[in-house]
Formats: sequence, C-alpha cells, structure tokens
Amino acid sequence: MYRSLFPRDMFAEMDRLHREMQQAFDLSPTIRGFSRTGFPALNVGSTPEAIEIYAFAPGVDPATLDVQLERGLLTIAGERKGSLGDSDEAAAVHINERFEGAFRRVITLPEDADTDAVQARYRDGILQITVQRQAAAQPRRITVN
Amino acid sequence: MNTSENLSTRRAPENDPQEDGQRYSQSALTPPVDVTEDSAGITLHADLPGVSNDKLRLQVEADTLTIDAEVGLTLPEGLQTSHTEVGVGRFHRSFTLSKELDTDKITAQLANGVLTLRIPKAQHAQPRRISIEVHPS
Repeated sequence: MYRSLFPRDMFAEMDRLHREMQQAFDLSPTIRGFSRTGFPALNVGSTPEAIEIYAFAPGVDPATLDVQLERGLLTIAGERKGSLGDSDEAAAVHINERFEGAFRRVITLPEDADTDAVQARYRDGILQITVQRQAAAQPRRITVN
Repeated sequence: MNTSENLSTRRAPENDPQEDGQRYSQSALTPPVDVTEDSAGITLHADLPGVSNDKLRLQVEADTLTIDAEVGLTLPEGLQTSHTEVGVGRFHRSFTLSKELDTDKITAQLANGVLTLRIPKAQHAQPRRISIEVHPS
C-alpha cells in the first residue's frame, strides 16, 4: 500500500493560525477546558432539567464505547478502526482524512449535575449523553401570598 | 444507481417562501473521507454522523459525484448550547470521477454514520491477464 503525497504544509500552517486565533479569543479557558479539535467532536448544551452532550463519533461500535463519570468529569473513550486496513496490498490510498485509532475526551460537568441519572444512546454515529440536573438546582417559581 | 430520481427531487429555488431558509442551509460541512483504489474499483468512506438513510442524497451528474446529507438530530426543547464544535447540520462534498469508472454500478451503504461507496471500474478498464500460447518449436 502506498500513499500519494500531498503538499500538506500549507494546511498545517492554516491549522496553526486557526488555533492561535482561537486562543486569542478564548480569554479565560478553564484548566480542564477542552480543545476545539479532536475526535469525537462535541456539542454541549443544557436545558433546565438536563445537560445534553452530543459526541459525533461515526463508525464506532457502540459496544466498544467507554463512557465514564467520575467526580464531575465525564470521559468518552474508545477506538475507531481504520477503513484502510481491510484493503489489499495493491490498493492505493488517494485520500486519508478520517480519524483512526484510540480516542479520549473529557468534559467537566457543572456542579448541579446528578451523576446518578445519566443516559447514553448511540444512533447514526452520534453518541448522546443526557445528565439530569439535581432537582434542587432546577428553577422554581415561588408563589407570593 | 438511480440518478434520475435524485435529479427530479432537486428543485430550483425560485420565489420560494422558504428561500431564506434554503439560503441559510447552503452552508455545509465538508465530511472527512478516505478513498482507496484497487484494480477493480474505488472505495470511498465518508463520515456523516447523524445522517440517516432518508437524509442522504447521492447524485451522479455527468462525471461529478455529489454527497449531500443532513443531520437528523432532534434537539430537546429549550436547549441552550454552551459549546459547539459541529455548528452546521449539513454535509456536502463532490468529487470528479474519471471515465473508466462505471457509475451505473455504484453501491452505497450507510451504517453508524459512515457512508461506504464502491465505484467499480468498467469491465474494459479492468486489468486482464493475457494468456500466452507457447508453440513448441
């Protein structure tokens, strides 16, 4: 198997510039703050009841996904097998952009996350994790007498 | 691959009340792909997380292969996003095919958000072994 050569340096340079700009704009990153690149890509949002985490991890066997929660840190780990391995020796690789190998991403959950009420679903390559908020932290309307 | 059906579903955006929405949806992500070639054809893998069969549109027009897909993610009501790495729910990428590829025999599979396309080479373009007859001298 041989790989065609591409002038990659320009893209590496653009990537570096992009990262520098990101750092310049993100004025107060937390010490456990996550990078904006990596596999799987993450979207995090919250509703009054729950924190929703979407991990874009296509082509991963859900059984091999390892989701752990420990002291407010949510870890998503696993491994994605490359698609190039099953092709024969004579095959030429023209484009190789997809992520391959082991991955691990860590998210700091907010204080009010109820670590006992976590749900994880994998569908069409997206891992959705729902962490309920503690009931006490949910907004309440106080009746005025 | 049945291309005529795909072509007919493509409408021209003319004075459509949803025109603005369509214009907004023009922005799309470029999915990462792997492309390998062996003697019988080309295999393409594309990462399309969140895309189901009915939201994927593959199209071959002349010698251009187009992948167009939408993320079918239903977000809970009142969701406030705090961190976004995938900001657009649409994927789009096109490739120019070469003549020896048989576009009528493309097969496509979508599993766990990964699209696998197999584009075989036309029969005449595949390598053949030519047998040599040896005449005893």
